[in-house]
Amino acid sequence: MRYILFVISLLWPAFISAQTWEDQQLFNEAAPSQTLRILSSTDTAFFSPIIEDFLEETPGWSVEYLVTGTADISRVLQQDPEGYDVVISSAMDLQVKLVNDGFALKLADISHRDWAQWRQSLFAFTSEPATIVVNREAFEGKPIPGTRQELIQALRAEPDLFRGKLGTYDVRSSGVGYLFATQDARASETFWRLMEVMGGLEIRLYCCSGDMIDDVASGDLLVAYNVLGSYAAARQAQDNRFEIILPSDFPTTMMRTGFVSKETKHPAAAEGFVRHMIEAQDLATGAKSSPLPPLGLHPDGRNPTVIALEPALMTYLDKLKRRTFIQEWSNAVIQ
Amino acid sequence: MKFLLVEDNADLANAICSRMTQDGHVVDHADKILDAFAYSETGDYDLILLDIMLPDGDGRSFLKRHRAGKKDTPVIVLTARSQVSDRISMLDLGADDYVTKPFDHEELQARCRAVLRRKSGTGQTTIRMGNVVFDPVAGSLTIDDAAISLRNRELRLLELLINAPGQVFPKHKLFDRLFSYDEDVSENAIEVYIGRLRKHLEPSSLRITTLRGLGYRLDYD
Amino acid sequence: MTEAVNVSGSLRRRMTLTLIGGAAVLAVVLYAVVRLYAAQIAQQGQDSILAASVTSILDAAILRDGTVEVDFPYAALSMLSTASDDRVFYAIHKNETLLSGYEHLSPPDGTSHTSGTYLAETPDGALIRVATDSRTLVGADTRSVITVSVAQTQEALQVTLNGISRNVALFGAGFFCLSALLSFWASASTITPIRRLTSSIARRGPQDLSPVASPVPSEMVSLVASLNRLMGRLDKALAQSEDFIAEAAHRVRTPLATVRSHAEAMLHRVDQDENRKALRSMVRAIDESSRAAGQLLDHAMITFRTDHLERKELDLTELLQELVLRLTPVADMKDITLHVESKEPVLVSADAILLQNAIRNLIDNALKYSPVESDVMIHVSARPLPTLEIRDQGAGFPQDQIAHLSSRFSRGDNAKGIIGSGLGLTIAQEVAEAHGGALKLSNLPGGGACVTFSL
Repeated sequence: MRYILFVISLLWPAFISAQTWEDQQLFNEAAPSQTLRILSSTDTAFFSPIIEDFLEETPGWSVEYLVTGTADISRVLQQDPEGYDVVISSAMDLQVKLVNDGFALKLADISHRDWAQWRQSLFAFTSEPATIVVNREAFEGKPIPGTRQELIQALRAEPDLFRGKLGTYDVRSSGVGYLFATQDARASETFWRLMEVMGGLEIRLYCCSGDMIDDVASGDLLVAYNVLGSYAAARQAQDNRFEIILPSDFPTTMMRTGFVSKETKHPAAAEGFVRHMIEAQDLATGAKSSPLPPLGLHPDGRNPTVIALEPALMTYLDKLKRRTFIQEWSNAVIQ
Repeated sequence: MKFLLVEDNADLANAICSRMTQDGHVVDHADKILDAFAYSETGDYDLILLDIMLPDGDGRSFLKRHRAGKKDTPVIVLTARSQVSDRISMLDLGADDYVTKPFDHEELQARCRAVLRRKSGTGQTTIRMGNVVFDPVAGSLTIDDAAISLRNRELRLLELLINAPGQVFPKHKLFDRLFSYDEDVSENAIEVYIGRLRKHLEPSSLRITTLRGLGYRLDYD
Repeated sequence: MTEAVNVSGSLRRRMTLTLIGGAAVLAVVLYAVVRLYAAQIAQQGQDSILAASVTSILDAAILRDGTVEVDFPYAALSMLSTASDDRVFYAIHKNETLLSGYEHLSPPDGTSHTSGTYLAETPDGALIRVATDSRTLVGADTRSVITVSVAQTQEALQVTLNGISRNVALFGAGFFCLSALLSFWASASTITPIRRLTSSIARRGPQDLSPVASPVPSEMVSLVASLNRLMGRLDKALAQSEDFIAEAAHRVRTPLATVRSHAEAMLHRVDQDENRKALRSMVRAIDESSRAAGQLLDHAMITFRTDHLERKELDLTELLQELVLRLTPVADMKDITLHVESKEPVLVSADAILLQNAIRNLIDNALKYSPVESDVMIHVSARPLPTLEIRDQGAGFPQDQIAHLSSRFSRGDNAKGIIGSGLGLTIAQEVAEAHGGALKLSNLPGGGACVTFSL
């Protein structure tokens, strides 16, 4: 038994390094001294300006940026809490759960808007709506649907046109997809009707927003539901073959959040990074350089209509609840 | 003059009475307050000598009632008590003067005169003899209506002699009356006063005759 | 004249401290009780929310096709949001198996039917409040006990409690301050009757030994009664000693007066020189002894009085003139003239009886040592000190004895062998000193004694 444990302990680092990353990049390679490891679900391209600014302000550090799926982040962190200093994800529910479960370090010195932080540990730095992306060509001469209801009507009007050309997140594998779906389901029954309609039209399931946008642009898809608006907007700058719709019936706006791992070996630098990240994304203070949307502010200064950072986000992470939801979702989508 | 002596000590009272009588005064003696009231209401006294400690009460109560009764007979208090405690209250209650026991009789007489002089004024006890008018209380002597100023001792000497004209006064008798006991002078000192008085009386019809070896006598032309 | 009093603490301070101490204890008790009560209420608030959360989860538990489904509402956890972002844990057990949620929330001791609230700890050491309830789901052939536990950390509760504690502490401190002020006031007002009694006794004249008549609080009755009794006894004792002195004087003087009168009367009757001499020296002896006795008794009375000077505002000139009036008949007998030189009233605060006695003694002396037909000058002046100067035309003090005479006045040495002037000067000196003044003796350049009596 002891022998087996010994072997496992020897193999453990190898097992960790066997982790496959969607992307992995080391910034400021030249700096030999210390490295801040950031575990993130955000594409490197979106995040690199923030990192570069940070390194400029904080010489002597390098940053290793590791990208993986939102659902994977929890697993990776729980396996090796010491291995990562900052954790950034768009899956608010998973982030809240990690903080609730005690994986985050309390950063008492950071003062942030109350609605954009939780337990002084989890800090939001963007607000990004879920959008509907449609192929511009497909809707040529037709009214572009502004709400989910209008989308349902459009789909029902020309089922043959859309069959097999609809896409959304596979909520079973995508954390942010699950978050959007559950929040939509909370907000309105329309979600289920839309899912049933889309399921009837042989909807295709995706892991990531980027892929959906690619396919809508190319015309493989005509409609993609619950696409991250920030990615779509960034892509639209070079590619105008698609239209971004912000559903006006009810918005589902997610906040990208980050926290410092409780087991971090560089708490000061990690805190500095989070502070920098917040400031860089704050319209009020920072000169924004990243393509990520800022932390939206309600014109009145009130809380914007974003998914609230609260422990209730863990509701849909419940095993039974998730099982029931996935069951229902599957019933609707996979016919 | 008529005195009322209120004194409970019989020996002392006798001594005072006999001395007063010797000097030609009339003295009534009361030995308690009750009697004193009786006397003072019936008799017409020139002066009351009042002892303070009496068998039936305090002399002060007599004094109080005496003054309340609108009587203005002067009162001299004879006190044997400490000078400190009684003196003020006695005067407050209306005594005219006080003498502390034991007292020099001449001092008592002097005080009586002083009180009477203050209270009754002059002319009460005037003695007229030829062209001489003498008032021992007021201490005034006039010869042919001319006032003659006499010293105290000269006055007292004249009073002694004028009360008994024709009587021979031995030198030592006059000496005893004029000089106090603590004065250490010889009896011949009396001759000075006789001489002075003689000089004062020169314009008058009174003559002081020296009887060698016997004494002095006042003669009246 | 402050007598040494053995002081042990202060009644007022002790009372103030006791009241303040009481207030402090009350404030602390108040703080503890209110805080405990607030903690209970706050805990009840948290417990009821936790219970509601548990109920809403339990209500969602259903048995479908033999499987337990718990589609609990979002509100079940949403209702647990707090301002302090408290951490939330829950667990759903079927019988004793964890269906979902946190493992560390297993019901204690595996008892399947539990309900209630209790405190627990998370694995990472956070204190949590747990609410647990269970419900039995009856299926076609199974009975499952569903147990739901919901837990929450107590950070918001702590914040609330801290807030309440701070407010209660402020309130307690305010209560304490107010009580402390009230304590000062209460003790001051309680002490007032004692103060009033003290000042009414202190204001009294030395002769006033009447009982305290003004009403006093019931607690002081026995003290004041004792005081009254003591003063009564003292009054009696003093009256007795005064009476004794008076009686002694009377007893000594009356027979002396009798003897003197008789001796005098006798003197007038005898003619023989040796008899007269004997009688004269007898009278002199009587005078000396009566004077000595009188002065000794006066001295006793004066010693008794100087301990409690009965000061009054009086005019020294007026007092002197009154005395001179009394002494003029005596002066006249030796044809001595008493001259009073005074330009103005000389106001002094002094004991009239003592002053009278002292000055009388001084004038008596002057008369005694003045030759026949001489003058005694008495000069009164107000500045620099109220002073009385008596000059006679006698032989003056023996030059070599002036210093000696002065030192002879000191207490203890005065009674022996001094008859006549000695004690008279002693009395005058003691009276002057009792009033803070002095007596000075000197001889005048042209002859005669000069006595300066100043206050």
